Amino acid sequence: MRLTGARILMECLRAEGVEVFFGYPGGVVLPLYNTLGEYPDIKHVLVRHEQAAAHAADGYARVAGRTGVCLATSGPGATNLVTGITTAYMDSVPMVVLTGNVARDLIGRDGFQEADITGITLPITKHNYLLMRASEIAPAVKEAFHIASTGRKGPVLVDIPKDVFIEEAEWDGYPEGVSLRGYPIMDVPREEEVEAAAKIINQAEKPIVIAGHGVVQSSAQTELVDFAERSDTPVLTTLLGISGMPQDHELSYGFLGMHGHFYANMAADRADVVIGIGMRFDDRAMGRFNAFNPGAKIVHIDIDPAEIGKNFKTHAPVNGDVKVTLERLLPQLKQASHPQWRAEIDEIMLQHPTDYVEEGTLLSGPWLVQALAESTGGDATIVTGVGQHQMWAAQYYPYNRLRQWVTSGGLGTMGYEIPAAMGAQFAQREPIWSICGDGGFQMTSQELQTVADHNLPVRFAIFNNGFLGMVRQWQELFYANNYHSVDLGQPDFVKLAEAYGVRGVRATTRADALQLFRELEDYDGPVVIDFQLEREENVWPMVPAGAALSETIESAADL
Amino acid sequence: MASRNTIVAHVEDRPGVLARVASLFRRRGFNIESLTVGHCEEPGLSRMTIVVDGNDHQVDQACRQLFKLIDVISVQDITYTPMVDRELALIKVAATNFNRREVLDVVEVFRADVVDVHAEALMVQVLGDEGKVDAALAMFEQFGILEMVRTGRVAMRRGTQTTKPPGISDSQQAAAAIRAMLGRRPEGALPFASD
Repeated sequence: MRLTGARILMECLRAEGVEVFFGYPGGVVLPLYNTLGEYPDIKHVLVRHEQAAAHAADGYARVAGRTGVCLATSGPGATNLVTGITTAYMDSVPMVVLTGNVARDLIGRDGFQEADITGITLPITKHNYLLMRASEIAPAVKEAFHIASTGRKGPVLVDIPKDVFIEEAEWDGYPEGVSLRGYPIMDVPREEEVEAAAKIINQAEKPIVIAGHGVVQSSAQTELVDFAERSDTPVLTTLLGISGMPQDHELSYGFLGMHGHFYANMAADRADVVIGIGMRFDDRAMGRFNAFNPGAKIVHIDIDPAEIGKNFKTHAPVNGDVKVTLERLLPQLKQASHPQWRAEIDEIMLQHPTDYVEEGTLLSGPWLVQALAESTGGDATIVTGVGQHQMWAAQYYPYNRLRQWVTSGGLGTMGYEIPAAMGAQFAQREPIWSICGDGGFQMTSQELQTVADHNLPVRFAIFNNGFLGMVRQWQELFYANNYHSVDLGQPDFVKLAEAYGVRGVRATTRADALQLFRELEDYDGPVVIDFQLEREENVWPMVPAGAALSETIESAADL
Repeated sequence: MASRNTIVAHVEDRPGVLARVASLFRRRGFNIESLTVGHCEEPGLSRMTIVVDGNDHQVDQACRQLFKLIDVISVQDITYTPMVDRELALIKVAATNFNRREVLDVVEVFRADVVDVHAEALMVQVLGDEGKVDAALAMFEQFGILEMVRTGRVAMRRGTQTTKPPGISDSQQAAAAIRAMLGRRPEGALPFASD
């Protein structure tokens, strides 16, 4: 059967089981939009800016545990995706990005709305394609989904010129497999690597696990718990590893890093064996590299061989998928018990609890997150932007369920919170809580229209302190209070929401907030809540830039 | 220890592959001393010889990052294996009736070839490893070098050992080669637990 390129593409998406994708039309993708009506089972969500399409696909992917899909036209449409693609690339989120391009004979001639998007995205995609024939679409899309969702996951871009959408090619069904000679699947670790790791772990007296996004990506929560229980190893997570370990588990000791829990940072610094699982020893997590726990032996389990030994010398490298590796490692572990080690961390926890909540009536960030946790029973899916609110949301909400936590960790993309929450809401029925900064909210607030179009029950909780809070905190602490360009003017967020047909409410006191949480329990539409916070609250604890984890401070007085 | 490592990579012969490799090296801050690309024994594949300037840790990283590119089928660092490496230089040397004989003496010593001659110049082709080409250039300097071009290194392992990439069915082999490097101890590394 002969089909146009546009139909072939849609047949491929259908075969992949894509239920929703996020896009914005334009000249060169018109042949594709012309066929969308014939594929009602594949929901197209019209965003208001292409950046949001990419973030929405990313948010959807993280919550659904599937590959997200977005679409944009050539030129500015494609370049607007770049921030969203980089966000996904840095956090290894599986995504297939479709772009249109100018007709083949115009490529390279600087025609209207031409951009070399495959060139632009070389360093921010796992792989990309520029397809010059309709017959290439099916195999390329098959490969794109395969590459995006296997190994270390990531975004793959497929660029299709306008006339390739129109050209006809033979369609004899979606390809069953891929033939990629340069892309071996490396899920299964080498036996000797597993044995070497087990040997070190079995000899450990003060072991610690640092669990990263790989645990979430590989859906290995159960395996991680089994590992921790058998080896009696306290588990820390990275910022992105949150929800990989249930926090109500007795071996869960929070997350580490620049604004991680104090006891987590200390535990990482005092351990004799550090077991990194599906993480990449990032500078924000580890503090100053050459000052991190110099005596520790490092076991590193990761799907990406290039991550092993990149930042730290590794004593036991294990290259494999987290779930597969943990399954193989478990039988080789001795049943261990480290009561003294756990008592040591418990003691630090007792001395330095994560309780920075002060009494009062004003809204503070930590209090608000805790109140939200209580009102949602700790079971809401939380999406955040980047900054102080993000850190409070990471520190104070009890995440137990896998994929309950969605944040831009690697790239740190402000403005992520609205579109990512919007995309995530297509993956689940229960309302998503989007914890927003008042700065980030103003970067992508046009998407309230998309949210309204689909009546998505997202709760946008703006942690509004009128400041670009995290930058202000740095100016206060490290630039002698010299505030510059951080005092953000802002619209009336309630009226803004209402202008989009979204319910808008405001809370200025703790009593207001509690009242609102109760009111919203039964509301099934979108809401914007303007929580007016204390203006100059800081996030603690903190590892100052360039300091070691052991130098974590808990207040400005420690500086 | 900083050194110049010779990396051989087999890549799919597709548009954009060179850009991918170049982009990767630029982004990760690896220094390319030279890079040559050409056909190899298998149709559809190109062979790249990349000379990387850096310590062993950086070269390891370069190899692993390179291997992650989908179009890269195999990567091998052959620096420490017995191998033959060659480059070719074309050198246009100023030479007149008065000193042509002297120039030709140098040509002979380096077993180079004269490939073009003119009343006021000779074009010399020097073939050899990097050190030989460097030495020849230094000698020709005294006569005046009007123009010079070098190809960059190509290299091949000695004996029956090859750098041929594994077939389509055993791409696991290429992966295994990269994995084998995981256990390799970079210069200045902390002692391994197994020591």
